[in-house]
Amino acid sequence: MATAVVTPDRGVRSLNWGHIWTVARTDLKQLAQARDYWIPMLILGGIFFVFVPTVLLLTITQLGSVDAVSQLSQALEVLPERAQAAIQGDTEQARAGYALAVYLFAPVAVVVPITISTAVGAATIVGERERGTGEFLAHSPAGIREIFLGKLAASLLPGYATTIIGFGIYSLIVNTIVGPDVGGWFFPTSQWWVLMLWVVPPFLALTLSVVLRLSAKVKSTAAAQQASALVSLPLIMVAYSQATGSLYGGNTLAWYIGAIAWVLAIIALWRGVRVVTRGRLLGVADEQ
Amino acid sequence: MRPGGADLKRDDRRADTLSVTTITSEPAATVAPMPLPPPVILLDGVVKTFGANRALDDLRLSVPGGQITVLLGPNGAGKTTAIRTITGAFAPEAGTVRVFGLDPAVQGDEVRSRCGVVSAKPALYDRLSGLDNMRYSAELYGLGRGTAVDARIADAAARFGIDTALRDQVGGYSTGMKTRLALARSVLHRPELLLYDEPTSGLDPESSHAVLELIHEMTEDGSTVVMCTHLLLEAEGLADQVVVLQDGTNLVDGSPGELTKRYWPDAMVRLGADDPAALDALERAPGVIGYERADLTAVVRMDGPDRVPDLVFALTAAGARVTRVEPHEPTLEDLYFAVRQTSGRSRLGMVDGSAV
Repeated sequence: MATAVVTPDRGVRSLNWGHIWTVARTDLKQLAQARDYWIPMLILGGIFFVFVPTVLLLTITQLGSVDAVSQLSQALEVLPERAQAAIQGDTEQARAGYALAVYLFAPVAVVVPITISTAVGAATIVGERERGTGEFLAHSPAGIREIFLGKLAASLLPGYATTIIGFGIYSLIVNTIVGPDVGGWFFPTSQWWVLMLWVVPPFLALTLSVVLRLSAKVKSTAAAQQASALVSLPLIMVAYSQATGSLYGGNTLAWYIGAIAWVLAIIALWRGVRVVTRGRLLGVADEQ
Repeated sequence: MRPGGADLKRDDRRADTLSVTTITSEPAATVAPMPLPPPVILLDGVVKTFGANRALDDLRLSVPGGQITVLLGPNGAGKTTAIRTITGAFAPEAGTVRVFGLDPAVQGDEVRSRCGVVSAKPALYDRLSGLDNMRYSAELYGLGRGTAVDARIADAAARFGIDTALRDQVGGYSTGMKTRLALARSVLHRPELLLYDEPTSGLDPESSHAVLELIHEMTEDGSTVVMCTHLLLEAEGLADQVVVLQDGTNLVDGSPGELTKRYWPDAMVRLGADDPAALDALERAPGVIGYERADLTAVVRMDGPDRVPDLVFALTAAGARVTRVEPHEPTLEDLYFAVRQTSGRSRLGMVDGSAV
């Protein structure tokens, strides 16, 4: 008696969001228990969102470094006219501070979440296999799409949450340091809101779709991290250029960039789900 | 109760039909035999390959409800793959799999929600507490969260003697504690089918003994248990049904009693005497079919148990002092090796199948 080969979990079934959240929350709980994971995360966010901006902005606005202001003013000339016109401030110092705060820290918003989420995501599926806990998940009633989406959320949230918190702190810092010179609180600008809420998340999801695929396919966490680092670098560069472009080009361009990134992310995630199987959770490479 | 000993021995409950006696004012009347309910698990001609390796090769398996079925076999026999196919984690390339009448490859989520699985590795999250591991399972199996669930977790943990360590991080547990927690987790959602893949792997004898006792207790509330092991002593006295696997194929299955009768149809007695020559003379006694002596004890196979007094008389007549007369019941280990030797798959090579 023979039956057609049926790959488990490919039937159409509505998603159980409870399962997704349970998988994500358990992963996050484990992450919270792992200081070796979240302390570097905090340090990375601290460097990019607090330390570097504070030092640079203080150098320009408070210490009045003539050389730095002059060099930055020259650099501002290469910005698009729209971006130059939006720069506020009466003095060269104030304008330099404003430009630095609004335009030159865009990469921060991209590098931090992608780096953190890649580090978490790389270990998430292969880690289940290495610890033997994949056996529990593979035999559980949770659907494979639910497990994948739970893992995606657990990888995305630490990076994005760090970024949002860092963004809040960064906003306080730039408003405190630069605000008095440009007539009060000015940050976040509308472009930054679009960047943070519309452009960064799909790039993060796009990167994670690739990272989770790698995590499902490779044999060890070390291999997953190596491969993820290689993959995430070009994605960081793409995301960086697009993020910068969305800031310079105005809100309309940012909305377009975000929309395209969302479409690509959804396609990549849809394809990514197919790579994760119960067999792979069990560490059986040949299982389709 | 002692797994591995006679006190766990259970009645041979396997039968093709059940007879039902009706009680009326008339004399008792026996009605037509009622067919048994369909098996909880049915595997028919199942094939599963991994590259060039054929892990399951035309596997046929039928597991009745409410019993302990033990899958016996050496490493690589296909026991774990069979378990994974039963839960739908693997889809077979050919054959039919039915669990509760459902196809796990299609209705896997429903099948899995009615199963409790413990694998050779306990599959616990070391960074979480025992309680959090249990809560994770409770949520995935649809029990939700809250005080009622926590009370249920506490009950399950207490049943397996792990309740006092429930708030500790699992990373600090001993192997025995992890196994107990994994067992407690497997019954938390009160599954109908328990699948245990070498659950005593890595445990010391005392812990193994305790775990086997607990597994035995689980069938008392009607659960069906399938347990894989390559440790024959574990299955001794525990199994209602034994399935011997080799190279992904079912070599033989049945209750231990049935299989013993199949492989050793003749009566056997173990006789001890202080004179080896008198013992050896029994080999030529009337009704003796087989004879094997080790030191001052011999196992004699004969055409009926009524030959025993004659054999004892023959020994005393030869001037020997009789030190032992006891019926010889082959162990599961004897059975296992007899099955494998008969099938020609034993590393010991093919024998004629007549085991004494």
